[in-house]
Amino acid sequence: MNAKVKRALRKAFPLIFWLLVWAACYRAVGQDLLLASPLQVARRFAFMAEAPFWRCVGMSLWRTAAAYMLGMIIACALAVACHLSKLLDEVISPALLVVRATPVASFIILALVWLSSSNVPILAGVLMVVPVVFANVREGITSTDPQLLEMAKLFGWSRLKTWRRVVIPTVLPTFVAACQACVGLCFKATIAAEVIGVPKNAIGTQLYTSKIYLETDNLLAWTLVVIILSLVIERLLKAAFERGLRRVHHA
Amino acid sequence: MSIMLENVSRSFDGRQVLKNVNMTLPDKGAVCFFGPSGCGKTTLLRLICGLDKPDEGKIILPQGTRFACHFQEDRLLPWYTAEENLRLAGEGIDPRVWLEKVLLPEAGKLYPNELSGGMRRRVSLARALAYQSDVLVLDEPVRELDEATAEKMLELIAQSVGDRLLILVTHDRSQAEKLGCRVIEFPLGGEMA
Repeated sequence: MNAKVKRALRKAFPLIFWLLVWAACYRAVGQDLLLASPLQVARRFAFMAEAPFWRCVGMSLWRTAAAYMLGMIIACALAVACHLSKLLDEVISPALLVVRATPVASFIILALVWLSSSNVPILAGVLMVVPVVFANVREGITSTDPQLLEMAKLFGWSRLKTWRRVVIPTVLPTFVAACQACVGLCFKATIAAEVIGVPKNAIGTQLYTSKIYLETDNLLAWTLVVIILSLVIERLLKAAFERGLRRVHHA
Repeated sequence: MSIMLENVSRSFDGRQVLKNVNMTLPDKGAVCFFGPSGCGKTTLLRLICGLDKPDEGKIILPQGTRFACHFQEDRLLPWYTAEENLRLAGEGIDPRVWLEKVLLPEAGKLYPNELSGGMRRRVSLARALAYQSDVLVLDEPVRELDEATAEKMLELIAQSVGDRLLILVTHDRSQAEKLGCRVIEFPLGGEMA
């Protein structure tokens, strides 16, 4: 056996191990309603060939992307505003701590009273992103080297120039760390809100209907779709952010 | 028009660093704040540059006075190369010329974390000298440099002062002599003019 095959087997080993555990559990339980087998779930993946699957995935990803972007914009705007106004900071910071501590399901149920079921997942995602990005950006702004700010003052730079040259490059690493941490959270919160709100064309709705009709194999197949999508999004964004950060920070 | 300090006092955590300082600095030429560490030289410098405010008294500066400062720390932007840091001093500055003047012709594309402490200080010195200002403030400009390089930097400073007022801070009286500075001894006492 050559080294390449050995390495591939070594990498595949955890996956094979857990598939075997799953199969053993299926045997032990012995009821398809309670736990589907890996093979039954694999068969369900045939739904990927159908248009509704891609509509659900596309719409859920669109909601996640909208929530993520909106959350980042709101968080950055609030962090800058709170840095400039102490009064605003005293009002906003504790409110965001409360948002962070509140279970997202509470917001989802309340938001269903006000918003359409299609928009509630976006709100849920936004509520996941805003407190984390806000806290990191705020911390980044306050950690800006005061000696560099003094230098900017002596050069007579405008506030905008000072932010572009000194503050934003300082904030970038903490901002990127928050963005990386949030993407998975945002996706999962969006799906959770879809499960509760049951909008048209949504992964969460598919999870909910699978539960209602006791289709355990379908439920697990959609869960696997969520896991795979989450991993792919996190990897892609991580690579993109790291490339961007390297360009600005060089080191 | 000269810089005037009237009854300037400054203390930190109850420790009085400057007490009723009265001083007039000329609009050109060279002065040196000379004295041991911790006697208020840098504090006075920061007050003059407007980076700190006195607890009492006032500092009268001509309208729009511009300061070019080289502090004890290099204060280079870590995300800019040496050339880019030099360009911050203003448009029309050729960074390569200034890097040659501070004996770092090959350092243009390097970032501050790729330069030694002494090299960073020379880039920072070049940036201060290149910046078009009315007052040139140099706080221990040749600290951490070997004797030969320090000598060359002092020559460069002397050539670059031009019509500006040079305020030099140092522990080394010979540096003040080389730059033809009027020496103001610290700790301060009485009226200076």
